[in-house]
Amino acid sequence: MTDKRMTEDEAVATLSDGMTIGIGGWGSRRKPMSLVRALLRSNLKDLTIVSYGGADVGLLCAAGKVKRLVYGFVSLDSIALEPHFRAARQNGTIPEVVEYDEGMLQWGLYAAALRLPFLPTRAGLGSDVVKNDPSLRTVKSPYADGEELLAVPALNLDAAFVHLNRADDRGNAQFLGPDLYFDDLFLGAAAVGRRFLSTEKIVPTEELLKNGTIHTMKINRSMVDGVIEAPNGAHFTNCQPDYERDEKFQKEYADAAKDPEAWKAFVDTYLSGSEADYQKAVAAR
Amino acid sequence: MSDATLGEICVAAVADTFRGDGEIFASGMGTIPMLGARLARATFEPELLVSDGEAFFVANDLPVGGTDKQVEGWIPFRAVFDALWGGRRHVVMGASQIDTFGNQNIANIGDWNKPKSQLLGVRGAPGNTINHTTSYFIGNQTNRVFVEKVDTVSGIGYDRAAKLGDWVKAHHEIRRVVTNLAVYDFNTPDHHMRVASLHPGVSIDDVVAACSFELVIPSDVPTTRLPTDEELRVLREVLDPKSFRDRELPAA
Repeated sequence: MTDKRMTEDEAVATLSDGMTIGIGGWGSRRKPMSLVRALLRSNLKDLTIVSYGGADVGLLCAAGKVKRLVYGFVSLDSIALEPHFRAARQNGTIPEVVEYDEGMLQWGLYAAALRLPFLPTRAGLGSDVVKNDPSLRTVKSPYADGEELLAVPALNLDAAFVHLNRADDRGNAQFLGPDLYFDDLFLGAAAVGRRFLSTEKIVPTEELLKNGTIHTMKINRSMVDGVIEAPNGAHFTNCQPDYERDEKFQKEYADAAKDPEAWKAFVDTYLSGSEADYQKAVAAR
Repeated sequence: MSDATLGEICVAAVADTFRGDGEIFASGMGTIPMLGARLARATFEPELLVSDGEAFFVANDLPVGGTDKQVEGWIPFRAVFDALWGGRRHVVMGASQIDTFGNQNIANIGDWNKPKSQLLGVRGAPGNTINHTTSYFIGNQTNRVFVEKVDTVSGIGYDRAAKLGDWVKAHHEIRRVVTNLAVYDFNTPDHHMRVASLHPGVSIDDVVAACSFELVIPSDVPTTRLPTDEELRVLREVLDPKSFRDRELPAA
């Protein structure tokens, strides 16, 4: 039996400059933040980030790690607009931007997971999504209707990060909250060898079914290469039912992001050490 | 004489956009749209499905911020996409900008390549508008919101839908735009925006001043209806006892 346990830093050490990384969760919900913090600690650069974005995108933009960003939206949910992402867009510091409809992003991940070159949809047609990404192509239905559809290209990922409530040490995992989001598709779209899953708690396999019904067990070990135990690892996003979003901390983050001095202090306090240092600083507030 | 507030008039106007929709997902983005969907379901459109804004359909008349949910179904984001691509949904979204054909922008202000103000991104607006009925609620109508041309077309309007073939033409519908001043629709031969009703105390001059394109103005424009006594009771006692509606839309 393969024991896939590792640390965030070991996971990030498998990556190289210029890679495409998909980040699971949704907005400010169940984001693999401890893995994102490990990315921030690394020397990696020129990354392509694919995300239903929240502070993951904001932090990576603020750290200058992002060369290309693919997103359906970027929001902190209870704070509608992500301040670092806004600043990066308004200052033009993200060299390449791909803004998709939310459903198009799902389709791109699903196409990659199914090893298809594209999946057709109507979502996006007629909107400025197609103007702003001139590489997008349409495809004509080969059947009698002859309809012209948008061909969303496969979003093949070099690596994926997701955070689930529980997992065993082989990568079987479950979500216990209300929504899986698209975490299974992020894992499916990523290259074998770099599919990383952090979890609140690693448990013996037989415990998984005691925590929730079979319907919570959407991730099986063939989808995962590394398992990282990361209690409070989604902080400050939520990880229901284990914890809610840390609204107070999120506000501190968003306020600090608006001012370079305050941001420097925030980084000094929370983001200049290890994950353990981060969790200690958060607990010490 | 009714003592309905502007917020209550807007909630009822949003609720009216769902009239006749039957057993579909009535989805409202933001406090007033969400209350509109819930009010419609609680009164004249009982077959509608409404969600808690997270991942569940709720069968009871859930107040804003309420947690005592009678769950009748599961609607995680993936199922939302399925429902909307399947057409079983009517959404009321916001708009940072909108034009005469109902093209909507929530993505950014200014040039998309280097925006003056980055907003949310297009979110689900392209897919929503091409797949099912969409309406808009705008709490601050000005001539910078009702614009000649939106900066980034997120939700598509009638002129763009018309170029996309028969299927899209048959399924695209921008039903109404409800603002703090008036209600608008697109029931004109070429689908230009038309003043459908003016809220009490609002004049044609007011809405024209708050619009950068030429509105279609019928010779006889009715006044937006006031909520019924029963609607006011449901709104005040059941759906929004803490009056989030009036915080979002203070009276002028």
